[in-house]
Amino acid sequence: MQLEARNISFRYDKGPWIFKEFNLTLKPGEIVGLTGISGRGKTTLCRILAGLENPLEGEVLIDGQPIPKKGYHPVQLVFQHPEKAVNPRWRMNKVLNEGGEVDQELSSLLGIEEQWLTRWPNELSGGELQRFCVLRALGPKTHFLIADEMTTMLDAVTQAQIWHAVLEVAKKRNMGLLIVSHHPKLIERLCDRVVEL
Amino acid sequence: MLEVSDLSISFNQYISGLKQQELNVISSLDVSLNKGEILAVVGASGSGKSLLAHAILGILPSNANMSGSIKYQGEQLTKKRQAKLRGKEIALIPQSVNFLDPLMHVGKQVEASVNRGNPENIRKEIFARLHLDEEVNKMYPHQLSGGMARRVLLATAIASDAELIIADEPTPGLDPTVIEEALKSFRELADNGHTVMFITHDIESALTIADKIAVFYAGTTVEVASTKDFSGKGETLRHPYSKALWRALPQNDFTPIAGSQPYPDELSTGCLYAPRCELSTAECFKIQPVMRELREGMVRCIHAT
Repeated sequence: MQLEARNISFRYDKGPWIFKEFNLTLKPGEIVGLTGISGRGKTTLCRILAGLENPLEGEVLIDGQPIPKKGYHPVQLVFQHPEKAVNPRWRMNKVLNEGGEVDQELSSLLGIEEQWLTRWPNELSGGELQRFCVLRALGPKTHFLIADEMTTMLDAVTQAQIWHAVLEVAKKRNMGLLIVSHHPKLIERLCDRVVEL
Repeated sequence: MLEVSDLSISFNQYISGLKQQELNVISSLDVSLNKGEILAVVGASGSGKSLLAHAILGILPSNANMSGSIKYQGEQLTKKRQAKLRGKEIALIPQSVNFLDPLMHVGKQVEASVNRGNPENIRKEIFARLHLDEEVNKMYPHQLSGGMARRVLLATAIASDAELIIADEPTPGLDPTVIEEALKSFRELADNGHTVMFITHDIESALTIADKIAVFYAGTTVEVASTKDFSGKGETLRHPYSKALWRALPQNDFTPIAGSQPYPDELSTGCLYAPRCELSTAECFKIQPVMRELREGMVRCIHAT
């Protein structure tokens, strides 16, 4: 399976074009870094690839075909701020099951503790919440993961813990990863190649 | 300048109905700052870094209980004194951009913080230094990007010309060039006799400007080290957690350690890091080690050498 953004362009309302005729290909098992100064549309591009936003021009394809509008989206996105990505009125087990089937092996790889499941989101730290968001995004039908500043808010130990788990799963399932980060050392450590926006 | 000793903070929390429990979020924390110095506070999220900042400013929520002492310029920081010094002598750069007034032009908010001199000129000068366009002056917070909002928060603290500046995670989400600019302005402030507490999880940034570094874990200080101890494989660091934090950086080994920080409601009576520590022995699980001096730094570990 190959993810492809073909000639996509986007702008908000009548504002200036954020990007025009942008192309990107992500192969299975490939780890690509996406960098660029803030305001260049990195997050917007991520949202388009994950189907949360439609490009004004161009298209996002998987194996040359448009992504079906219904069913599980094969491209999943993890955001920078996990506290904004979970329902504050749901306990963690409900938050987690929102994404469908949960990979138990990955859960322990991520260091998620059994007793966290009955807690409310505001009772967990950012690092703990982000582990849930990663686990939720990595259902068995996820073929591509987009990490938008996924570990920017976390301490180094938690960051390394989460990335080791994600890399292991990506390798096992031959998943493609797109990693957005301002941190050159992290990009250098993780990625096969880097795209500048 | 600032001396925090044996600080403990707990929250009263309702667990079900009227049943309450006490959560100890900070326990026996010691930290001190000299004039003109930058102390970086690093550690895991949820280790009590922001709470320390809020305790110093006296803006903890009403269900918090505090014990221990906080002294500012040799005198106890009472509630009354905190209210008097806040924004004048002690300024906070908050972690969340939600701290800006949503209904006020951001330029006005920066000018309102000026204690000495012409507000408009000072604001203009700071805007230029932080690469904020003059048109940002007349914008509301919702019109700013995340990075711009952070720079405005930074500008308010610089404008206040406060003696002690407490910066709570001021850098995430900023471009490297802006981070560099922000760090430079902290260093300048310190070189001009201001004192800065720089709370961050970004060790790399901390190392470029700080004089010393306090490492937090599960609500307490485990080590106070000088900046130069963070080098090589971390051999000169004292506490096993500081070493682990250093080695986990992408430019170092990128090696994680298993497990996670304990919860405030399940703290053991022993060393809080013992369950994850490779050096831990039976003794570590019995009593919490006290902070002791070691090689011109401080450490809370019985095995550290």
